[in-house]
Parts: sequence; structure tokens; C-alpha cells
Amino acid sequence: MITAGIDCGAKNTKTVILKDGKIIGKGKVLTGFEQSEAVKASLDSALKEAGITHDQLAHIGGTGSGANAITEADVRVNDIKAMATAAVFCFPKARTVADVGAEETRTAKCDEKGNVVDFAINEKCAAGAGAFLEAMARALETSLEELGTLAMGSDKAIPMNSQCTIFAESEVVGLIHARTEKKDISKAIHDAMASRIASMIRRIGVNPDIVMIGGVARNPGFVTALKRELGVAEVFIPEDPEFAAALGAALAAAQHGGN
Amino acid sequence: MSEERAREFWRWEETNWVNPDIDWKDGEFITVGIDVGSVSSQAVVMVDGAIYAYSNMRTGSSSPDSARNALSLALEKTALTEDKINYCIGTGYGRVNVPMADRSVTEIACHAKGANFIYGNTVRTVLDVGGQDIKAIRCDDKGKVTNFLMNDKCAAGTGRGMEVFADLLSVPIGDVGDRSFEIDAEPRPVSSTCVVYAKSEATGLLRKGVKTNEVLAAYCAAMADRIYSLLERVSVEPDFAITGGMAKNRGVIDRLKKKLALEPLKSRWDTQLAGAVGAALFGHALCMKGKGRRG
Repeated sequence: MITAGIDCGAKNTKTVILKDGKIIGKGKVLTGFEQSEAVKASLDSALKEAGITHDQLAHIGGTGSGANAITEADVRVNDIKAMATAAVFCFPKARTVADVGAEETRTAKCDEKGNVVDFAINEKCAAGAGAFLEAMARALETSLEELGTLAMGSDKAIPMNSQCTIFAESEVVGLIHARTEKKDISKAIHDAMASRIASMIRRIGVNPDIVMIGGVARNPGFVTALKRELGVAEVFIPEDPEFAAALGAALAAAQHGGN
Repeated sequence: MSEERAREFWRWEETNWVNPDIDWKDGEFITVGIDVGSVSSQAVVMVDGAIYAYSNMRTGSSSPDSARNALSLALEKTALTEDKINYCIGTGYGRVNVPMADRSVTEIACHAKGANFIYGNTVRTVLDVGGQDIKAIRCDDKGKVTNFLMNDKCAAGTGRGMEVFADLLSVPIGDVGDRSFEIDAEPRPVSSTCVVYAKSEATGLLRKGVKTNEVLAAYCAAMADRIYSLLERVSVEPDFAITGGMAKNRGVIDRLKKKLALEPLKSRWDTQLAGAVGAALFGHALCMKGKGRRG
């Protein structure tokens, strides 16, 4: 059976095509202001990569903050369920999942079947989401990719006093004026954000294995800071962390078809 | 367009002023209050407890330099020199880094004391909307703090948040208030609390064709809501006074007034001076007790 999973997020819309438990196509486009167009574009691009047509799809699962715009979907999955399903699929021993996205962070505790036992969401404050790192990269005049790599080169622990992204921007400018090295500022930024995400994880309990998904999982500076903050040796990250929720939706669609 | 981008819409005017009716040479005690805030700094020079000169300017990257610059600007149009000062108190976010200060006092105490002077002793509730925080202060007829609540963690509702919006919408910050009323109908307030998300929300509104003035109105209304909920928690007892830079933004204040169904007191003094005025008054009180530099 072939299913598709579409995750319409705040920043990107992602599609995964799943055939008998294997990913055969992926598509990612900027969500922009027309969610339904982004959904269509990401689905088309994933279908193209998979080399199949729309009518070969048995079911389509939809998830994400813009899930309502996915009119193509016949199965709807909430974000928490999608992330837990994907995490346990990729790492069967996963019991804690953190999805750090552009404008939201979700943490979930799950059982061996991928059922959600407890969860926490931050969608109110940019300080605990990818938007924080984006703003900091702008303040440091560096790219988002470089920001994470820069942090890896520092062993200093400079505390950030501000929680708020807006105030942290001014604080970073102040650090630049004080001639603090870019790599040290970058580490301070990642440490500050990691401590906030870690406290969200602690709220639902730190149960190994810990899996991190979402675009921020691609940032080595953040993942290192999070491991240090949680005091764990390993945080497991799937191959394409930003597609994990879409994968969860595709899995749910397949399960729906099996019933 | 490039020239447009280069303009700093958030930038407000820096000022200084000297009271022509006072000759400092006739005074017994000259006291100074310096309020180094996160965004703006003020120095107020008092002669025997009356405002003689003041300055209001942007805080730089160093608190000691900002304090020095504010004091020089306040003294700029006077013949008064620093060695004539009997007492100097630092307050505000950078209060421990005011090099010429004899001591520091918290900005909460100074704002209550300053509001009591600027608005009169009937003030019982002071709202201070500063650059990086909002404070709701309850005080007695002496300007002594009886209770307070503060948000200094989040830019929502603060002056800095408004500066970010002025910049985003390319509207000079001094025009925000008036322009937010040049609309056909009052829009729904911006729903995101976080300033970062409110910015995306505003960009979305603009793309949908909502006019700049309406977006300003939606943000001013959201700010008024935010400030109102903080005030609710200390409960507002009249008379009510507003200090800090946001007091100059009628886009927020008029909407807040409507929600409170209460008219804030008016004053001829710059509302941003309250903290520094309070500090200078505390200095004057110490001089009266013989604790001044030449006491």
C-alpha cells in the first residue's frame, strides 16, 4: 500500500510518500501565505520524486498547524500523535520525543506502540522555538546553518539574561559591542534555548530513548547543548528530522487503511 | 526604497531642558537622579527639590557611559558643574553602573516617588511602561510603594515591542498613536502575544491588503489588552497615572483608558522623567537629613 503524509507547518510544508514502510518520495516547500498551494506543491514534488501519480495513493494523512488546509487528506492526525508515531517507527525504544519546529515546540512521552501518554506544547513564545535561533542568526549576521557550527567551536559558558527573543537580540548586540567572540555568543544562544527545551522535556519526564525531530534537530550546536543540559549521552535523530511529522501522518494513513 | 529602509523609525527625539525660573546659585541642595533604563536614560537635576534641568536620551551599550552622557546633556545649557552636586542617586536597569552616584535606589521606588511629585500626592496607582518592562505600582500619599507587579521577561506590551512595530511598518514612532486612529473601524487586536509572532501576523495582515494604520490599531489594541491584564492583577485605585515613554502613545493609552473607564492624570512634565525625578527627590531627602556630600 502507498500512502502520503503531509505536514503543513508554520514555515515549511512537508510531504512523505510511504510504500510498505519505506519512504519513496519527499517534498518540501515554504508554506508562505497560501497554505493550500503549499500543500499541493509539496505533494506534487514528493509524487514526482517517488515516480508515481496521485491516484496510486491509497490514503493521505494530514497534520501540522495548517492541517485544515490539507483538503486532499482523508485521515487527520494531531501533531502530537504524528510525532510519537514517527519517533517509535524510526527508533522502537523511543519514549520521549521533542519536536522543535519554527514556531512551536512539542514534547511527548509515549509507550512502545507510539501511543501518547503525556505531552507539553509551547506555541506562545518564540524563545522556545526555531524562530529564536533565526532571530539570533540575524543579530549575529550569520546564516542559520553556520550558527550551529560556530557554537561547536566554543567551550565558554556566557549566561544570557534575557528570555524574550526581542530582548535577546539587544543582548547579542551588546555582546558584540563588548567584543565577545562570535562562537562564544553562538554557544550562549544555544545554551539558553536548550535550557528552555530541556525544561519542557523535564515536565513530561526524561525517559530514554530521547528522540528529537523538527528542523532544529539539524543544528549540531543545539543538539550538543540539549544533551549537556539533559545530562544524557545520546539524543536520537532520524535521517530527515524535518519530515518526521509527515512520516507520522503517512504511517497513520497506512494504519487507517489496514483497519 | 533603500533610503526608506535606512531610516530608523523607532528613533525618538532626545531632549534637554533648563528651568528659567530657578537660579541654582540660590539653592542649598543640588541633587541629581540618573535613571539608566534598558532603552532610555534620563538625568534630572533638582535644586532644593524643584526640577532645574533634565535630559532624556537613548541608552548606549555601556551603562556608565549612558549615565555620563545623560548628565552632561542635562548640564549642557547650564553653568552648573558636577562638583556642585550634593547628592546623586542612580536608578533603573543600569543603576549599579552609575559611576557618579552616591547610592542606588530601585526603579519601582523611584517611579512611585517621581509620579507622586509629577502628578501630585493623590496618585495611588502608577503604570510605568518602559523600554523593556511594564510595572503596575500601588503607592500611598507619600509616594511610598505598597504593592507592585512587573513583567520584565517578555517584550509584549513594552516600548521595545512598539519600536519593533514602528520599524516593521515604517512609521515614525511618534506618529503611531495618531495614525492608529485614522481608520474606518476598530480592527480585532493582534492575537499573538509574542512580538516575534505578532510581527509575522502583521506581515500576513498587510499581505491580505489590511492598511498600515489598521495594523497599527490592531497592535495598539493588543498592547492595551496586555497592559490592562497586568493592571487588573494589582487592581487600579484612582488617582491613576502613567509614566514612561508609552504614556506618549495615545494609540495605546486611549484604548487602555476606554477599557479601564478611567482618566489618567495629566502633567506638564515629560512622562519618561518619573524615575530620575524620584531618584533626585530621594537624594534631596537625604541632604535634608544631613547626609549630603557637604552635609
